Amino acid sequence: MMNASNSLDWLTSYNTWVVLGGVAVLGANAGMVGTFAVLRGRSLMGDALAHAALPGVCLGFWVAGGRAVGPMLLGALLTGCLGLLVLAFLKRWTRLPDDAGLGVVLSVFFGVGVVMSRLIQNNAAGGAKAGLESYILGKTAGILMSDLLVIAVVALISALLVGLMFKEFLMVAFDEGFARAVGLPTTTLDLAMTSLTALTVIVGLPAVGVVMMAALLIIPAASARLWSDRLEIVLLVAASLGAVASASGALTSAALNLPAGPTVVLSGAGLFLLSLLLAPRRGLLTTRWRAWCQTQALNITDPRFNRAMTRAFFERHPQMLNDLEDLNSLRLERLLSPEEFAALAERVRLDLVREETREARS
Amino acid sequence: MTFGNATWSALAQGDGTNWWDIDPITVAWTLAVALTVNLSCAILGCFLVVRRMSLLGDAISHAVLPGLVIAFLLAGRIASGPMFVGATLAGLFTAWASRALASTGRVRDDASLGIVFTTMFALGVVLIHAYADNVDLDPGCVLYGSIELTSLERISLPWPGGGTWSVPRALFAPLLALCATLILVSRAWNELVWTSFDPGHAAAAGLNVERIHQAFLVVTAATTVASFEAVGSILVVAMLIVPAACARLLTSRLEMMIILACFVGAFSAVGGFVLAAALDTNMAGMTAGVAGGFFALAVVGSPSQGVVARVWRRVRLTARIADEDVLAWLYRADERGRIARVSELPDRATAGGSALRNALGRLIRQGQVRRGEGDALHLTQGGREAGEAQVRAHRLWESYLDRHFDLPLDHLHDPAEEAEHYLGPDLQRQILAELGSGSIDADPHGATIPLEPGLQPDRRSTVPQKFQSSAGESEPSSVELPDESNLPKATSSP
Repeated sequence: MMNASNSLDWLTSYNTWVVLGGVAVLGANAGMVGTFAVLRGRSLMGDALAHAALPGVCLGFWVAGGRAVGPMLLGALLTGCLGLLVLAFLKRWTRLPDDAGLGVVLSVFFGVGVVMSRLIQNNAAGGAKAGLESYILGKTAGILMSDLLVIAVVALISALLVGLMFKEFLMVAFDEGFARAVGLPTTTLDLAMTSLTALTVIVGLPAVGVVMMAALLIIPAASARLWSDRLEIVLLVAASLGAVASASGALTSAALNLPAGPTVVLSGAGLFLLSLLLAPRRGLLTTRWRAWCQTQALNITDPRFNRAMTRAFFERHPQMLNDLEDLNSLRLERLLSPEEFAALAERVRLDLVREETREARS
Repeated sequence: MTFGNATWSALAQGDGTNWWDIDPITVAWTLAVALTVNLSCAILGCFLVVRRMSLLGDAISHAVLPGLVIAFLLAGRIASGPMFVGATLAGLFTAWASRALASTGRVRDDASLGIVFTTMFALGVVLIHAYADNVDLDPGCVLYGSIELTSLERISLPWPGGGTWSVPRALFAPLLALCATLILVSRAWNELVWTSFDPGHAAAAGLNVERIHQAFLVVTAATTVASFEAVGSILVVAMLIVPAACARLLTSRLEMMIILACFVGAFSAVGGFVLAAALDTNMAGMTAGVAGGFFALAVVGSPSQGVVARVWRRVRLTARIADEDVLAWLYRADERGRIARVSELPDRATAGGSALRNALGRLIRQGQVRRGEGDALHLTQGGREAGEAQVRAHRLWESYLDRHFDLPLDHLHDPAEEAEHYLGPDLQRQILAELGSGSIDADPHGATIPLEPGLQPDRRSTVPQKFQSSAGESEPSSVELPDESNLPKATSSP
């Protein structure tokens, strides 16, 4: 239905706009919800959840006796949450490291799902088979108005919850111990965040598939984190990046006749790369550029300044003496953060001025 | 390689649909492939788990897809050699790139791994579709594997005694991977163990931690690639992690962990084969399911770590504490010359009233407490000694706290009420020596400490670890896995 064929008809069709809208809302929601997961070091939980949903999808398919959206989503939610419960249980009751628990849940649930899907395929009539495959790789072009509504409702719920509980979520995301100490119900808040992630993953699965859903949770959030240190801005940027990545990916896929899930991930990865280099707050090139501007502002070619700067640096970091021989302030600017560099330079400049006046007096 | 829809019944001879109708040689070769894959994965998985790199297998197995496709496009056909190399290189690139990304300090380890492998996978899928006319790689086959069909495609090898021997082509790569794994583990055992548990110390001692890490990565990537043609990209993770995680729950020694993991892997392979053939379903998925079953058994029933054992230990501890509380209460009543009565049984915070009543019943059955007329209670000789030991521990601890901590007098009882249950005769003697025996005969509240020379035999077998002295328990000849919670994060990023 989104086939490019050889005209641009698809740009004006109703279906295209439904698909684009659905994907964009999904991406925005995933970016917002994923921000909390990424900030708390739980990026791969979405991955485990998405894999754990497969047996549920099969269960729903089997119970409903065909590809019915409602039962399949419910089943996915059921086993996805079961997977999360198992994770929490393993964390509480065993000494396994978290990543091993994730690996176990992800692979065993997925294995059971594969077994069930094959069993269903053995019994189902030929036409019914296609429904399951699309849950792995996603079938973006198949988004209908009803799917769009479900996605929008979930997005609305998460936006409302995040808006209402912003302060609480912020505290839990950055300092869970402190949040507990000031009396916040961290377990409930944790549950709320996890449920939002689960809902988002489950409604997104049919559209973009297992692997791509994990990517949608991680990539916009990790990119947005480079843009700001303030949570509200990170959330906004993550949601916008998610929407932009999804919409542009879906458009690319329609134009080039490629599956949409992978193109969404690739455009997200492109945005991430841009952020990594150019993000205003922590981009690699931006921080370099800021440091360079600072060195330009100071008169760095003055050899006396260089010497004094080096001396001051080693006073502060004596352990660096071992591996640095020909150090000048051009390299210093790489070793120090911009703030530290500026502070050091300011102090050195004052020292030099003081020395000059002393010389002038004598 | 479009094997996605094959079923077991198709393999059965004639029109039989039962798996036992399958040609025994087919069964043998399928099992051989499955066992080889599972063994090499189980061995490497143990190191992945203790190095906290469990999800690297998942990442690598997803990320090899573009490597496969590019190698295929370069070679122009399905050529095992170039595709194996291409896939392994793609896997190594994933490990390297996610590490480089995390080392910029801009992205956390888990997020960087997630970004890199999903992007690589997406790239692979796009490449497959972009060159769909030239590539007959089936994403379904990549995802689920096709171990059922490995025995169909055979290569004839010259047999030493003359004649030929036809061996499944898919057996070679896992066999090579198993050999590489065995060589790595046997040649570099000490280095691997050292760098897994204490990379800082290993580096200080002059080991090239980085090189060992790279070697481990190469073998892991090669094994993942070799396995995934048979079991599919996601289920490789099950073969890698689940047996190792299962073994980790059963033992604390790395050698034993590897052996157990191999057994779990092998049994899962056989069980997966039998069940999959019986139900006519995907074997790799079934193997993962069986391994998951073993894991669940270990979680519940492991003798040292299992949920049952932990709950049982907790119940025993609660019962012992209740027993001791009742004995101490009776001893104190006795000391004051009062007769204790059942109706006066205290309602204590450490053990609820019903727990104390149960304890009383238990003590009467054991003959430590005797019922008098009415509801009066008396200690027997044995009970008196036990109660005395308890009160002694309590008062010694109060004296110790009073001596060494600046606590008000009314803050001494509650901590002592908890600590008394963990002070065995040895610790009591130590405290006594510390306080200066002979100089102390009353606790800070003025109550006499019942100092009898013959301390009771130790019946504190279920003392929690943190109160136990660890001397004489470690066996330094072997590798002891430290408790995960206070282990320094070894190689956090792959």
